[in-house]
Amino acid sequence: MAEAIKVPTMAEYMAEGKKPEVLFWVGCAGSFDDRAKKITKAFVKLLSKAGVEFAVLGTEESCTGDPAKRSGNEFLFQMQAVTNIEVLNGYEIEKIVTACPHCFNTIKNEYPELGGNYQVMHHTQFLKSLLDEGRLKVEGGKFKGKRITFHDPCYLGRANNEYEAPRDLLRKLEVELVEMRKCKKNGLCCGAGGGQMFKEPEKGNKDVNILRTEQAIETQPEVIAAGCPFCNTMMTDGVKGKNKEGQIEVMDVAEMIADAEDL
Amino acid sequence: MQIVSQILFVVALVFGIGFFARNIKKLIRYIKLGKDIDRTDQPNERFANMARVALGQSKMVKRPIAGMLHIFVYVGFIIINIEVLEIIIDGIFGTHRIFSFLGTAYDILIGSFEVLALLVLIGVIVFWIRRNIIKLKRFWSNEMKGWPKDDANYILYFEMVLMSLFLIMNGADHQLQILGAHHYANEAGIMGSFPISQFLLPLFDGLSISTLIIIERAAWWLHILGILFFLNYLYYSKHLHILLAFPNTYYAKLKPKGELDNLEAVTNEVKLMMDPNADPFAAPEATEGEEEVPEKFGASDVHDLNWVQLLNAYTCTECGRCTSECPANQTGKKLSPRKIMMDTRDRLEEVGKNIEKNKEFKDDGKQLLNDYITTEELWACTTCNACVEACPVGIDPLSIIIDMRRYLMMEQSAAPNELNISMGNIENNGAPWPYNQMDRLNWANEN
Repeated sequence: MAEAIKVPTMAEYMAEGKKPEVLFWVGCAGSFDDRAKKITKAFVKLLSKAGVEFAVLGTEESCTGDPAKRSGNEFLFQMQAVTNIEVLNGYEIEKIVTACPHCFNTIKNEYPELGGNYQVMHHTQFLKSLLDEGRLKVEGGKFKGKRITFHDPCYLGRANNEYEAPRDLLRKLEVELVEMRKCKKNGLCCGAGGGQMFKEPEKGNKDVNILRTEQAIETQPEVIAAGCPFCNTMMTDGVKGKNKEGQIEVMDVAEMIADAEDL
Repeated sequence: MQIVSQILFVVALVFGIGFFARNIKKLIRYIKLGKDIDRTDQPNERFANMARVALGQSKMVKRPIAGMLHIFVYVGFIIINIEVLEIIIDGIFGTHRIFSFLGTAYDILIGSFEVLALLVLIGVIVFWIRRNIIKLKRFWSNEMKGWPKDDANYILYFEMVLMSLFLIMNGADHQLQILGAHHYANEAGIMGSFPISQFLLPLFDGLSISTLIIIERAAWWLHILGILFFLNYLYYSKHLHILLAFPNTYYAKLKPKGELDNLEAVTNEVKLMMDPNADPFAAPEATEGEEEVPEKFGASDVHDLNWVQLLNAYTCTECGRCTSECPANQTGKKLSPRKIMMDTRDRLEEVGKNIEKNKEFKDDGKQLLNDYITTEELWACTTCNACVEACPVGIDPLSIIIDMRRYLMMEQSAAPNELNISMGNIENNGAPWPYNQMDRLNWANEN
């Protein structure tokens, strides 16, 4: 990473009396998890390259409450939601983009009833729109012709019916897109959702991420593309568990585009 | 003699339909034990969903073999009901093949019923083979032992017998018409066309008219009595889906699958907590004589669930597509979305009977949680919605799992420890991990 990219906060925009085009909701994983931080940085580079005026909440951002809601802790969820909505509405936010499908789903679907109404996009949808508008150009680069399989995040796919945006981006990279036996509507979960990321799995004969990684490996990919920081962790662990880390990379679609562009 | 049989028929019909009506009323009563939920919005979308998923079988064909066979049985079931209508009219008025005045149209109708009857027979036989010979995994998991397994086979045997009786009835009738038997033959020629049962004719060759009449009448009576019995078997069986699939898809959730419902009761409390003007130490306003029952969060028993969830439970036909798609189940965990639905139905029946017997619910020391569904099952769910997507009749097992988790979390603080630690982190520093919120933007300055 040659130079640090300026990441403006909403507070800074506000101080200048300006409003950004879009708020980038980084999410807990994107802020704190070492692997996910790389995705955050890659996405920020793409935003800068496309000349998007964006801002983050920085220290004013807090967990959306997704793990709490899905674990049954509606109190904690709503406390988080109401606090976040107060901040977002205070800045008169209209458009939000996030690289985490869990944040995406929660803000898009579960905040409106608590008074938070925003146009929310997953980063693959946002990147696709930048491409369509001609603000970002993507060429195959180092991924051209490589065998890639895409793992659908449950909260982007089944939960919100978005299957094509990430695949369209991969096609732009001119990869050889191969689908897993279980994909799109029938995609298998990575095992992290519903609070599972933060607890030990119940007794069984296999971990979910291992089963999913096996399905991915069946397609003999060079890269497993992901669109969620939690899926990314699960699949990365799965690939390690199968001793394939030398052969198969797990990458976020945004990282692949940034990589192809040599950003 | 004719009048006796007409009277017997009417009695059988009245009893059959009467019992059925009684069961349906009971069913509605039990479903109404659930909490209220408004699902009357967007009627056009709801009709479209019902037309696509229930009427159009759109999700059944996701698995092409089972889907096609099911369409045979389903279309056969619906179309052959026109024949049942004729049987009922004939039975009441002592007529024979009352619709035969339709002429060629009648030939086409009877002919297509026969073809469908054969397709149903083939479908049902293949279903039986899939269950009992090939032993598909989803039909042999734990919750399918005992009654659920027998129930499934009884339904298949029943349909085999009904279709066979229908074809035997037509075959014998056909032979009687050929022989010119009184009451059967018509000078206009053969009534109906018999593309399938004609192959049964050699069996009837050489039999006397009186023997043939006995065979034809026996098949006719057994067929219609069988249908009336089957109608009343529905309530006790997973086969209830043939009726409930329609309301169930109509009332299914239309919102994005990822959206979990908002708990209004919690919203009120949260608003109060966030309101700077609210006095946290204020004594609740005393309302004389009216003891307010504190709101219970989440579900520990069936009456904590809403009526759509209870309708879901009665609609489940135990096909197991949900369970076979469930990531937890596929990796050997105890969770099976199908079992969640079966347990809910079993417990609802138990609670309903309890209420019928004692006029009101008398505590039986049991509940849905723990006595039917264990916490181990509930905590294994990844909320991935694969079960919801897989269900061919629009059942939402995830909503029940979430409601029960809410009870565990908010009423019992009984979550797995690691999860509690994460909840504590979210509460204290706004992230599921123990990082300081003030460090949220550190990534921007790291290389």
